[in-house]
Amino acid sequence: MYTFSNKLRLGSFIAMGLGFIFLVIGFMSAPSTVEEAKAMVAVHDDGHGGGHAEEAAASHAEEQGHGGEAAHGEAHDASHDEHLLHQLQNRPWSALYVAAFFFFMISLGVLAFYAIQRAAQAGWSPLLFRVMEGITAYLVPGGIIVFVILLLSALHFNHMFVWMDAETVAHDELLQGKAGYLNPTFFLIRAAIFLGGWIFYRQYSRKLSLAQDEADDNSNFVKNFRWSAGFLVFYLVTESMMSWDWIMSLDPHWFSTLFGWYVFASMFVSGITVIAMVTVYLKSKGYLEQVNDSHIHDLAKFMFGISIFWTYLWFSQFMLIWYANIPEEVTYYIARFEDYQLPFFGMLVMNFVFPLLVLMNSDYKRVNWFVIMTGIVVLFGHYLDIFNMVMPATVGDQWFIGLPEIGGILFFGGLFVFWVFTALTKAPLQPKRNPFIEESRHFHY
Amino acid sequence: MASKVIQALYNDDDVLMHAVKKVRAERHHIEEVYTPFPVHGLDKAMGLEDTRIAITSFLYGCLGLAVAIVMMNYIMIEDWPQDIGGKPSFSYLENMPAFVPIMFELTVFFAAHLMVITFYLRSKMWPFKKAENPDKRTTDDHFLMEIGVHDNEKELADLLWETGAVEVKVTEKES
Repeated sequence: MYTFSNKLRLGSFIAMGLGFIFLVIGFMSAPSTVEEAKAMVAVHDDGHGGGHAEEAAASHAEEQGHGGEAAHGEAHDASHDEHLLHQLQNRPWSALYVAAFFFFMISLGVLAFYAIQRAAQAGWSPLLFRVMEGITAYLVPGGIIVFVILLLSALHFNHMFVWMDAETVAHDELLQGKAGYLNPTFFLIRAAIFLGGWIFYRQYSRKLSLAQDEADDNSNFVKNFRWSAGFLVFYLVTESMMSWDWIMSLDPHWFSTLFGWYVFASMFVSGITVIAMVTVYLKSKGYLEQVNDSHIHDLAKFMFGISIFWTYLWFSQFMLIWYANIPEEVTYYIARFEDYQLPFFGMLVMNFVFPLLVLMNSDYKRVNWFVIMTGIVVLFGHYLDIFNMVMPATVGDQWFIGLPEIGGILFFGGLFVFWVFTALTKAPLQPKRNPFIEESRHFHY
Repeated sequence: MASKVIQALYNDDDVLMHAVKKVRAERHHIEEVYTPFPVHGLDKAMGLEDTRIAITSFLYGCLGLAVAIVMMNYIMIEDWPQDIGGKPSFSYLENMPAFVPIMFELTVFFAAHLMVITFYLRSKMWPFKKAENPDKRTTDDHFLMEIGVHDNEKELADLLWETGAVEVKVTEKES
């Protein structure tokens, strides 16, 4: 049995506390009136040698989801100021949402990986099942938090999802056309169905997994196999729809047909990275004696492979839009090229070039601290990936990685660590009666 | 110069693996093992050095990438400037997304083909070369272990019979 080390527990509480304070400061310092917002931007401009406002005005024309383009004209200045206010008010919310979604996504990615291992009846991984189950435990609080944020958005506590605003939709024919699907009620119902299905599978599979330890036949194992196969079908459909709903609809005019896969790749590689990191951590503390370098090697191979898969999907989405250069599609990337150069290209380096070069060598994949270091970079890269998906739509060029963003990472990171490691203490780290445990124990590459 | 070798035939890869380990434990030098298919873990059991072909593969990949960049830059930008996707920038960097598939393909092409050619050369395999395997059965269902003889013929033969060989013979080998 694993016991939660006091140091780690304390660390997670400190992270949560600091993160909470940072987030509160972020929310407090958001402007509440147009004047305040203008004053904040003016100060900001002075600090950066000006010229920012013109750029903002220029890219504003390309900003989308800002319905009622016709209504602009004379009222442009006033509407621009209000838009600025909304962007600044959105910033702490977006920081909260990005971090909440990122850590939720990790446990969802691990759940998918776990279900694949179950459905494939993989022989190498049963020794890691308890680690995966520990990480997926965060699905429950993480999912509920994300749902609450979505609910608050639907209740107009923020302006992240512009299509939730009836006034905007009234002036926007495209949004009216999508209203049958994209309306707050149906949106929340869908979110509840997705989360309900995922959480149900997670809890039930965990129950079967624990029951298998005490059983004297393999019926729990077989049941788990069937549920996992069924879950994967449910997951692939709902994950895709979730990515349209929770992320793509932030830019409600824009769409990409492979967005679901793209988000999936991001969550999958983050999830696998976290499995590897938690496993290496537990091993370094003397647990999981049976897990050998070959298991770590396999996880690192997945990190390498899925990083490239992510790049492939990122590029497939980007290149077609870049090549075709259709105005309504290409605005998405223009916003990122003009206002998000550093996170946009930085993310490509961290998520593709870095793991490609570092994890290519077979021997390095077996060096534990190397896997941890690479994992940290990959996780930051995928945080930035989500950041780039969300921020341009919600805060436009007013982004900055400051207190609310760091606070979000600290708070949800702390909560994640606390919840995952608490879940790990609840059951023996090695499954006793998994029929493949012997194969997993002798796994070597 | 001809050298004397002892050859033991096995008809099972598990038996072969155990035999290899045992012969190595007795401190005899195994010159070669001929198998009809790759036997997992045999290289480690024989104590062979790690292959360096991965390094050549990486270098060939870099070469392919460089060739693709130089080639596309010459063809599409310098020699006959092209308006790519309605973006007449005539700059390699700004049009790079269009060249990425070519860069990728040539990287793979160079890495794969040159690696195969390197492997053939390193293994001294070329057209019309006489086959090296001493027994035709090693292309079907037998495994052959070859050990150099240094006035210890009897001792070696006993050891090999003991490891489960189905046939043991001593021959002269040209080399």
